[in-house]
Amino acid sequence: MAAQGRERPSGWYLTPALTFFGVFAVLPMVLVVYLSFTDWDGFGFPSPSGAGNWSRLVSDPEVRHSLGLTLVFMVLGWVVQTPIALLIGVWAAGRQRNRAVLSSIFFLPVLLSTAAIALLWHSVLDPNFGLTQQLPVLDRFNFLGDPSIVVYTVAWVLTWQFVPFHTLLYQSAARGIPVSIYEAATIDGAGRYRQFFRITLPLLRYTVITSTVLMLVGSVTTFDTILILTNGGPGTATRIAPLYMYQVGFSGFEFGYASTIAVVLLVLGAGLSLAVTRLTGFRAMTSQQEGL
Amino acid sequence: MSLIQSGTPTARVPATTEPAGPVTEAPRRRRLGRERPNWLAGVLSVIWLLLVLVPIYYMVNGSFRTRQDYLTDNPLRPPADPTLDNYESVFTGGFGRYFVNNIVVTVGTVAIVVALTVPAAYAVARNAEPLVQRGFSIMLIGLAVPAQATIIPVYLLINQLHLYDTLLAIILPTAAFALPVSLLVMTNSLRDIPNELYEAQTLDGAGAFGTLRHLVLPLAKPAITTVAVFTAMGAWNGFLFPLVLTQSADQRTLTVGLTTFQSQFGTNVPGLLAAVTLSLLPIFFVYLFGRRYLLSGLTAGFGK
Repeated sequence: MAAQGRERPSGWYLTPALTFFGVFAVLPMVLVVYLSFTDWDGFGFPSPSGAGNWSRLVSDPEVRHSLGLTLVFMVLGWVVQTPIALLIGVWAAGRQRNRAVLSSIFFLPVLLSTAAIALLWHSVLDPNFGLTQQLPVLDRFNFLGDPSIVVYTVAWVLTWQFVPFHTLLYQSAARGIPVSIYEAATIDGAGRYRQFFRITLPLLRYTVITSTVLMLVGSVTTFDTILILTNGGPGTATRIAPLYMYQVGFSGFEFGYASTIAVVLLVLGAGLSLAVTRLTGFRAMTSQQEGL
Repeated sequence: MSLIQSGTPTARVPATTEPAGPVTEAPRRRRLGRERPNWLAGVLSVIWLLLVLVPIYYMVNGSFRTRQDYLTDNPLRPPADPTLDNYESVFTGGFGRYFVNNIVVTVGTVAIVVALTVPAAYAVARNAEPLVQRGFSIMLIGLAVPAQATIIPVYLLINQLHLYDTLLAIILPTAAFALPVSLLVMTNSLRDIPNELYEAQTLDGAGAFGTLRHLVLPLAKPAITTVAVFTAMGAWNGFLFPLVLTQSADQRTLTVGLTTFQSQFGTNVPGLLAAVTLSLLPIFFVYLFGRRYLLSGLTAGFGK
């Protein structure tokens, strides 16, 4: 290469970012493994406790319950959110004016913070003063207090919160599909239905994978919505594993044991994203439209 | 234009009940498709519209009601005599302070991320040394590591640095976890700058720093906007780091402030609704005037 000149930046340009990331992101990941072998009440220094936390983890029924619940939310979330986000995203990718206007409203929930969303839905669903208490049929349900309903309530709020983001992913990917393919398909006589399943869906497969990975990793680690909405309740009906970690730490002051749960979640999250990308042969760098 | 348009070949329409049917005359089908409205898509989109809009309408509408009014009247009906009292009580409740704190956290986080990302991306894009590229890979691992699972060690770290209960305690980890995506976006954009432009800089006798200032910075502006928007949204709406790393009302950010309003106001639902509405306003204005930037910034690094 001709320009092997003075313009090339030295590695030092990367150093500040790398150092910063190392201290505030990598170091915590290392620390959490260390902490999982200690007892720490949040004050003073952690004291080593061997594998105590780990043997407790294996026999803790709450861990099993919360992990099972995490799985339920993961599956429920994926099954509900993916079709909705895919359909709306593909629909919103159309350039028609009415779609542009409507989708600008559809995307509104991404503007709201987790706290705002959880509090809004809390007041909508409040069993005493909520909006649902004023509406026919809906007033018969205690959405936040009934243990057999609350799982679906939380799944719905999470859907409301996260569908717009995934819709955005699908919209921008669908807009990248060349119009010429659809034109050719139309000339060949393919209707909407077939165009969707034969063209749109196959070409969006990498977006499906990206969106799926984000959902899976999100569901083993994200808990702030549930923390505000139900705080895991009633009882432990919505206490997913990351929320259990949080409560063991910041309510029970057993930060060592909470770190043990955190390690499990980090490994699960990384493992899931690795598994999905490997199984599907997805490479982040390859183009979605290879071969076109 | 209306839904009638939705059948054009350019439209990527979702599945409909329309049967694929036997293929007969291609041109006829084409004309038919253009004329027939996509009813299913229309109906589904109206349903979703209601599901999104009703809670938001309920929130804004309720925030202008008196408490009495809220408890007795249908919450979806516009208030008989609208009041601003709720907004007043939100501000006397400390909202202004939380708001300022939120701005400090957001601006601080964005400043750190942009200042670190631009030179780092420049190095990754233009320096092929294995050490640099390995550093880049390490940071990309961060894409798969969600911040919420590291909350306990971050808490320990902030404690040990004696930063607990300061705004800096929120800024530092928030910035760190925004770095991987930002670096990815920025690097991709700098790689798109043609090699010739870099070479021209060399011929002009510019060093790396000169190139950074006169070539990279101006050309990276769109990417900087994207990174700034993405980071700002995360910082503005962040909840867990402020919740865990601060304590006093002085250092409280908006999101945590909202949850304290919830317990402060108790059954004063309109007050809480006013607070939630207010917290959303700044981003809503950005959305009104820069929707494209905001939406593309949100999916930065994932959408392609």
